[in-house]
Amino acid sequence: MINQYPLWKYVLILAVLLAGLLYALPNLYGEDPAVQVSTLRGAELDSALVDSMQLALREGGVSPKGVEPGQEQVLFRFRDSEEQLRAVELLRPVLGERLVMALNLAPATPDWLQRFNARPMYLGLDLRGGVHFLLEVDMDAALAQAVERYGTEVRTLLRENRVRYLGVQTSSDTVRIRFRDAEELGQARDLIEREFGQLVLEEVEGAELELRGTIGEQEALEIRRFALQQNITTLRNRVNELGVAEPVIQQQGDSRIVVQLPGVQDTVAAKNILGATATLEYRAVDFRGSVEDAVAGRVPVGSRLYQDRNGQPVLLRQQVIVTGDQIVNARSGLDQQGGGPMVSVTLDSRGAKRMLDFTQDNVGNPMAVVFIENRTVTREVDGERVTSTRKVEEVISVATIRGVFGRNFQTTGLDSPREAHELALLLRAGALAAPIDIVEERTVGPSMGKENIDQGFKSVIIGFALVLLYMAFYYKVFGLVANLALALNLVIIVAVLSMLQATLTLPGIAGIVLTVGMAVDANVLIFERIREELRNGNSPQAAIHAGYEKAFSTIADANITTLIAAVVLFSFGTGPIKGFAVTLSIGIITSMFTAIMGTRAVINLIYGGRRVTRLSV
Amino acid sequence: MEFFRKETAIDFMGQRRIAVALTLFVIIASLVLLLTRGLSFGVDFTGGTVIEVGYPQSVELGEVRGKLAEAGFDDAQVQHFGTARDVLIRLAPRGESSSAQLSEEVMTVLEAGDSKVELRRQEFVGPQVGKELTEQGGLAMLYTLIGILIYVALRFEYRFSVGAVAALVHDVIVILGVFSLFRIEFDLTVLAALLAVIGYSLNDTIVVFDRIRENFRKVRKGTAVEVVNLSINQTLSRTIITGLTTMLVLAALYLLGGEVIRSFALALLLGVVVGTYSSIYVASLVALAMGVSKQDLMAVKKEGAVDEGP
Repeated sequence: MINQYPLWKYVLILAVLLAGLLYALPNLYGEDPAVQVSTLRGAELDSALVDSMQLALREGGVSPKGVEPGQEQVLFRFRDSEEQLRAVELLRPVLGERLVMALNLAPATPDWLQRFNARPMYLGLDLRGGVHFLLEVDMDAALAQAVERYGTEVRTLLRENRVRYLGVQTSSDTVRIRFRDAEELGQARDLIEREFGQLVLEEVEGAELELRGTIGEQEALEIRRFALQQNITTLRNRVNELGVAEPVIQQQGDSRIVVQLPGVQDTVAAKNILGATATLEYRAVDFRGSVEDAVAGRVPVGSRLYQDRNGQPVLLRQQVIVTGDQIVNARSGLDQQGGGPMVSVTLDSRGAKRMLDFTQDNVGNPMAVVFIENRTVTREVDGERVTSTRKVEEVISVATIRGVFGRNFQTTGLDSPREAHELALLLRAGALAAPIDIVEERTVGPSMGKENIDQGFKSVIIGFALVLLYMAFYYKVFGLVANLALALNLVIIVAVLSMLQATLTLPGIAGIVLTVGMAVDANVLIFERIREELRNGNSPQAAIHAGYEKAFSTIADANITTLIAAVVLFSFGTGPIKGFAVTLSIGIITSMFTAIMGTRAVINLIYGGRRVTRLSV
Repeated sequence: MEFFRKETAIDFMGQRRIAVALTLFVIIASLVLLLTRGLSFGVDFTGGTVIEVGYPQSVELGEVRGKLAEAGFDDAQVQHFGTARDVLIRLAPRGESSSAQLSEEVMTVLEAGDSKVELRRQEFVGPQVGKELTEQGGLAMLYTLIGILIYVALRFEYRFSVGAVAALVHDVIVILGVFSLFRIEFDLTVLAALLAVIGYSLNDTIVVFDRIRENFRKVRKGTAVEVVNLSINQTLSRTIITGLTTMLVLAALYLLGGEVIRSFALALLLGVVVGTYSSIYVASLVALAMGVSKQDLMAVKKEGAVDEGP
């Protein structure tokens, strides 16, 4: 019997339909206005703090719709934005310096849906408003810094080993050392090879004897990778402090970073924070003074009170041992003896001497690292913008000095490799951050975002409705079946986008609109073929069968070629183009399924397995 | 409802001389326009800053221009964007790489005139990024064409694949020509649209080719020209209906999708028209001119099977 589908095909279509509906559903629930309170730099959130926040809200007469405490943050949901804004005022005094607050629109997906991991689509900045930055790490500067450091190191090395040289010069990628005679050059070469294996050495014969060291390819690659990594880490820390909900900080290519801050409007403030300069200091811990007294306001003479990342007070001596610019390198790794995570630090000669002097007298005493950021803060005072610089200081590590050391030392006793990695990055960030430039910047105002989304959806719905009408009018019953498939197609596209959490942008919506237009094509091809078969005098059943059969290869060829275009678009495009390519590709694939298998199933149910004298096509 | 109750028998290929002349004229005109007048590239490609502001009521462009010129932005291009309340300001790339300062300054100037002005959108693209985009866009186009060339050559025959690619190149040139003629801004979304047009036009071409292949195998008599004519007629109703539905959706997008998406929709609308034309008069004609014939597309004979004469 022709035109009957086996049961499994119906089951498959039904399953896809149900899954599609399930995962598309969260988009219907909308979003709650919410306030998100999070700790800085991933510190843990105290449950007592959450209680006091709730108390403050209750006393102010605001009862949140929901409270969702997490590891590092807590989310308060409200019924409307008025309540949300009142809550902000109520929470502000409770928070203090250690917590940041962000206004947020939290998806109001019900629990039972969340259990299926179903979430609404992720809207791009053009639909929700916000700032987009593309930052480029100055890799030439990063390499130049490295060469500069090698220059300093080579000088020290040669001097310490009493090898006479005429001069050491550094240019963008080369260290040049001039010598009077070949013997000295040879000695120097041996020394440098042993100490700095990463340098590629080359002897240049000329008026003077010269040894040239360049950074090897492997090492250069490593320097670049690290410069990027380190900038991403510092940016992430800073963005966290901005209190932005759902920020995006991503590597793009091998020297660029994308930063997206949804909801942020004040680009100047955002840029000041992203562009803050950081440094750090090693200081002795004042372990004799009483921290309690200091907190109460009686700070011992020659000491200062600091806070660590969890807001705990730490009393440090005012005298600085080593500053960030004296750090040559910091790498995380595993401790040779203990096996635990550690960070190994290398100082330059000036820093090494000071560290040596200090540790000789202080074995067994604790030492701390203070991370300092200079930020430009723009505030509005009496309607005028006032720019001031704010210094943010924070203790990032306290460790006991186990022995006398100078140039190289290790910080152990860290909780996890991740912490070690983070500390190494912070140490480097405070020492030799490679400069970053903003190469692209886009701001979308909130009203604009709202407008875009409204217009976008409106055009999708109207375009969709027009096509539905047209199809029903032109192909009657078959047209209605095609309309069903079209609706299913839309549901599946939305579901897949939600599942992938792909970013939906305005061009993405255009992509959906376009696939709606093109998805019809498959059905038009099939239906026209059926009409043709009927005209040729075939029986209705045979016409249906042949129509689907013959149209298939055409549809497949046409869609595969379009898919080729979409895939190329995806691999080349950035941002908006990518969004378009994603929806287009998804649409092409899902439309093949719904327009061929979906319509066939319904047509078979209607006409299959019985005598039919005419088709409503 | 049916547009074509009976199979049409329009002699498409009979008009091929006129069509060739028309095609050549349009292509040459487009190329001349592109070479002399060029495209008005958007900030995505040239680098620079674009600021879109919204006023609560209609605003005179001259006023805005005057205010900006007073403040030293005499190179600013000012135009309405969609409505008389929205204004788009374009600034050429400046020496320093930052732009927040720039837009801040512009906003201060505008706020001095009307405090209710609102920043709706601000874009800054560094010159380097712009250059890379142009390069990547060109490469994307090239790779798409190569990918299609290979696929069509594998599925059909190389003469068809040359025809298909010629049609696509035709489409791109003509659309660019129209954009140049009307000085419509060419930005990233238009590039995306152009690539989508390639997809659509190809769709159309493949449908026609598919039918030509089928008819070459099925129809025993008739010249190649007749077979092509027959195939185009057989697929005509599909071509028109799909074109109409796609244009319906695109029209909705053009009219309701907002200003940002308008040039995107326009490029695609153009693409549907141009793409439909090119699948008949460029793709099929090129394949014919290269001498595609029945033998090229006959199903590969099974080994040992011998065609017996009548």
